[in-house]
Amino acid sequence: MAETETRPAGTGVKKKFMYVNRKTPYGTIYALEALEVVLISAAFEQDVSVAFLDDGVYQLASGQNTSGIGMKNFSPTYKALGDYEVKKLYVERESLDERGLKPEDLIEIVYEDEDFAEKPLVRIVSRAELTEIMAQQDVLLNF
Amino acid sequence: MKLGVLVSEGPYTHQASDSAYQFTKAALEKGHEIFRVFFYHDGVNNGTRLTVPPQDDRNLQKAWSDLAAKHKLDLVVCIAAAQRRGILDAAEAKRHGKDADNIAPGFRISGLGQLVEAGIVADRLIVFGD
Repeated sequence: MAETETRPAGTGVKKKFMYVNRKTPYGTIYALEALEVVLISAAFEQDVSVAFLDDGVYQLASGQNTSGIGMKNFSPTYKALGDYEVKKLYVERESLDERGLKPEDLIEIVYEDEDFAEKPLVRIVSRAELTEIMAQQDVLLNF
Repeated sequence: MKLGVLVSEGPYTHQASDSAYQFTKAALEKGHEIFRVFFYHDGVNNGTRLTVPPQDDRNLQKAWSDLAAKHKLDLVVCIAAAQRRGILDAAEAKRHGKDADNIAPGFRISGLGQLVEAGIVADRLIVFGD
């Protein structure tokens, strides 16, 4: 994504952006193109959150193997989100439960804090908690 | 109010582009400002001038282009999404060695930052998807 951007007109404004992932990683392009927006948005110094719910929880499933479908396995990119200063990742507990998934079935995403200690980025939240977090956002983008 | 609009689906298969167009037109008629309309995912397919819908059907690309001309709208097609789907302007066609371009009048190709910027600058970002 070698894109040149002009300085945004809203420089200095900090809003709460949430990217809501609801679909499987493959089958449609929404998950991949959502991740591209998240990575770009990191350059704009906004308060960025990423939510995974419904089938979107599969985007973080560990052990993805796309060799049989001729598509790129882009799941390793999620591990880089911390390096992009995207540090608020929410996974909805009910969506995991409904699909027979457990938190340990998800890829491990960590970031290094100032003490070089690795801290997990993913927070498992209930549907009710996620509803409240969504209500606090300025901009919600659904994918 | 200053509004941003995101169109996430292509024309005809989904109603998203129709709804976004009707919304944008109505908002302008009510005196609101449209900061930008951004086309992402298959939404970039709204920006090809080569569509030829039946004469008794609406022509969405022309509708957007006409609205842009009338109101000086900023219609932005995401470059990454556009390249995947074969939407090119003259400069991109030349850069990638393609023999033609197809961007429609009033549309321009730019980066995803333009979407984020719309979210920052606009009072509301309205998303039209599936």
